[in-house]
Amino acid sequence: MRFIVRQLSGALGLFWLVLSLTFFLVRAAPGDPVSFLAPPTASASDIARIRASLDLDAPLVVQYGRWARDVFKGDLGTSFVSHRPVTGVLADAIPVSLALGGISLLLTFVFGVAIGSVQGARKNTRLDGVLTVVTTTVYAAPSFWLALSLIALFTYGASRLGFPAALRLPAFGIRDPAGDSGFMDLARHAILPVLTLTLVGAAGIARYTRSAVAELLGQQWVRTAIAKGASRRAVHVRHVLSNALPTLLILFALSLPGVLAGSVFVETVFGWPGVGRLMVSSIFARDYPVVVGATVMYAALVIFANLAADLAIPLVDPRQRR
Amino acid sequence: MIAFWRTTNGRTRAAMLTLLALALGALLVPALARTNPLAIGDALALRLLPPLAIDPYGHFHLLGTDAFGRDLFVRAMLAGRLSLAVGVAGSVLAGGAGIAVGALAGWHGGVLDRLAMAAGDVLLAIPRLIILLVCAALWPPGATMVITILVLTGWMGVARLVRGEVRGVRARPFVESAHAMGATPARMLWRHVLPNSLAPAIVAIALGVGSAVLLESGLSFLGLGIQPPQPSWGNMIADGRELIVLAPWIALAPGVALVMTVLSCTLLGDALRDRLAGDEMETMRARS
Repeated sequence: MRFIVRQLSGALGLFWLVLSLTFFLVRAAPGDPVSFLAPPTASASDIARIRASLDLDAPLVVQYGRWARDVFKGDLGTSFVSHRPVTGVLADAIPVSLALGGISLLLTFVFGVAIGSVQGARKNTRLDGVLTVVTTTVYAAPSFWLALSLIALFTYGASRLGFPAALRLPAFGIRDPAGDSGFMDLARHAILPVLTLTLVGAAGIARYTRSAVAELLGQQWVRTAIAKGASRRAVHVRHVLSNALPTLLILFALSLPGVLAGSVFVETVFGWPGVGRLMVSSIFARDYPVVVGATVMYAALVIFANLAADLAIPLVDPRQRR
Repeated sequence: MIAFWRTTNGRTRAAMLTLLALALGALLVPALARTNPLAIGDALALRLLPPLAIDPYGHFHLLGTDAFGRDLFVRAMLAGRLSLAVGVAGSVLAGGAGIAVGALAGWHGGVLDRLAMAAGDVLLAIPRLIILLVCAALWPPGATMVITILVLTGWMGVARLVRGEVRGVRARPFVESAHAMGATPARMLWRHVLPNSLAPAIVAIALGVGSAVLLESGLSFLGLGIQPPQPSWGNMIADGRELIVLAPWIALAPGVALVMTVLSCTLLGDALRDRLAGDEMETMRARS
C-alpha cells in the first residue's frame, strides 16, 4: 500500500512539473500570439483588449496561478482557431487515436512477441537470420516513409501489377466520401495505417523478445526443466515466456510513447483526424492552447503508463513483491 | 577502429562500409555532379523520369528525377550532407552533455544528483517527438534549431547510464587507491572513474545517431525542420508525397538512403554493445 501511494504521488508530482514546463516553454517562445489573432488594421486599444481577453496582460506569476487553477478544474483553455474548449477539441480526436493506436499496439505485441520467440528459440538458424534482417530494416525505417511505401504499393503498384480491386486500398481519410460509411468502409480505410504502426512496433518488440528469450533459454533452470523431461512447449510457455513477462510489461509501457509519436506521422500521412494530426495542424495554425493541451495529454499517458507498469510488475513477478 | 574491423563480423563490416560510402557520396557526388541539384533546367523534358532512365540528352539518372527534372540521386546525396551532419552533431553533442551531467550527478550525489535526475524525468515523461514538435513550432526552423532541440531532449538517457556507471565505479578499489595516493577529486573522476564508465554511453551515442537522423527527417517531413530549397531526406520525402500515386520513386528514393543510414547505425550500435557488454534494457530506455 505504501508502495502504491509513493508511486502515485511521484507520478502526480512529475505530471505537475511537466505541466509547468510546457506552460513556461510556450511563454518563453518568441512571437506574440496576439499578433496572429489581431487583424492588421487593429488599433492599439483593440490589441490591448485582445491581450486582456486572453489573459496575457497579467504578470507571468499571476498567469501561471490562474492557469494552474483552471487546469485543476479540468479547463485547458479555448482554441484560438475554433474558439471551442481545448478539452472538447481533444475529446473529438482522442477516440480516433486511441482506436488506431490500441489496435496497432495489440497487434504489435501479438506479432512482435511471436516472431521474437521463434527467433530466440531458433537462434542462429537461417530463419532467424532472415527475420533479423527484416525486423532490423523495418525498425530503421521512419513510419512516414513506410506509410508512403505502402500507399505506393497499394495504389501505383496495385494498378501496375494488376492487383484485384479488393486490394486497391484507400490511402487517405477514414471513410469513402461517395460510398456508404459503414463499418466495413472504416475497416478498409484502417488497414494501411494499422499495418504501418504494427510493422514499426512489432519489429522493435521482436528484436527485444529475441534477445530476452535467447538469454532465458541459456539459464540453468531451463536446462533443469528440460532434463526432468518437460516438453518443449512447457519449457517455452512456463519457464521462458512467464519469466519474460515482467520485462515485456515494462516494454509495453515504454513503447507507448513510440506508438503515439508514430501516430503523429501515420495520422498526418493517412489523414486520420486523431490527436497526432490535430497537434501538427495546430502547430501550423499557431493554436497554442491546443498544442499545450495535446502535449499535456501525451505526457499524462506516458506517466500513467509507466505508473501502471510499476504497479503491475509485483503482480506478475512474485520476486518483486515486498 | 582497425582492431574493431579485424575482429568483427560481416554484417558490422557492411554497416561500416555503408556509412563510409554514404558519407563519401554526400561529400563528393554534389561537388562532382554535372548539374546543380538545386537549379531547375529543362523541366519539361526531364521531369518525372523513373529510376535508371536515360533522358533525351543521353544522361543517366540512377534514381530518376523529380517534378522539376532535378536528378534525385544528386539531390539525395546533397541532402545527406545536412541529414548526416545534423544526426551526428545532434547525437554526439547530446551524448557529451549527458556524460557531463551524468558524471557530475553520479560523482557528487546529493542535491545536484536529485535535481539532474528530476529534470531528466520531466523531459523523459513527454515523448521526445512531441517536445521536438512543440519547440519546432515555437522557434524559427532550421538546422541549428534542430540540433539544439536534439541536444536539449537527448541528454537524459546517456546521463542516466553514465550516472549509474559512475556510482558503481566510484566504489571500486582502484579509485580508493588513487584517493590514497593523493589524487584530487577532479583527477580521480577524469582519469579513473570516467574512462571506466563510458561503455554504455558510447553504445547509446552510436544508436542515437540513427534516431537523431530519424527525428530530423520527421521534423523536415512535417515542414518544421530543414526548409526547402535546401534538401534534406525528410523534406525530399515530403516533396514526393503529392506525386506518390504517379511517381512513387520521388518519395521512396531518399527514404532508401535514410533507411540505410539508420540501419547501419543500429547494426554498428548492436556490435558495439555486444563488444562492450552493455545492458539491453538500459539502451532501449536511452533510445526512446
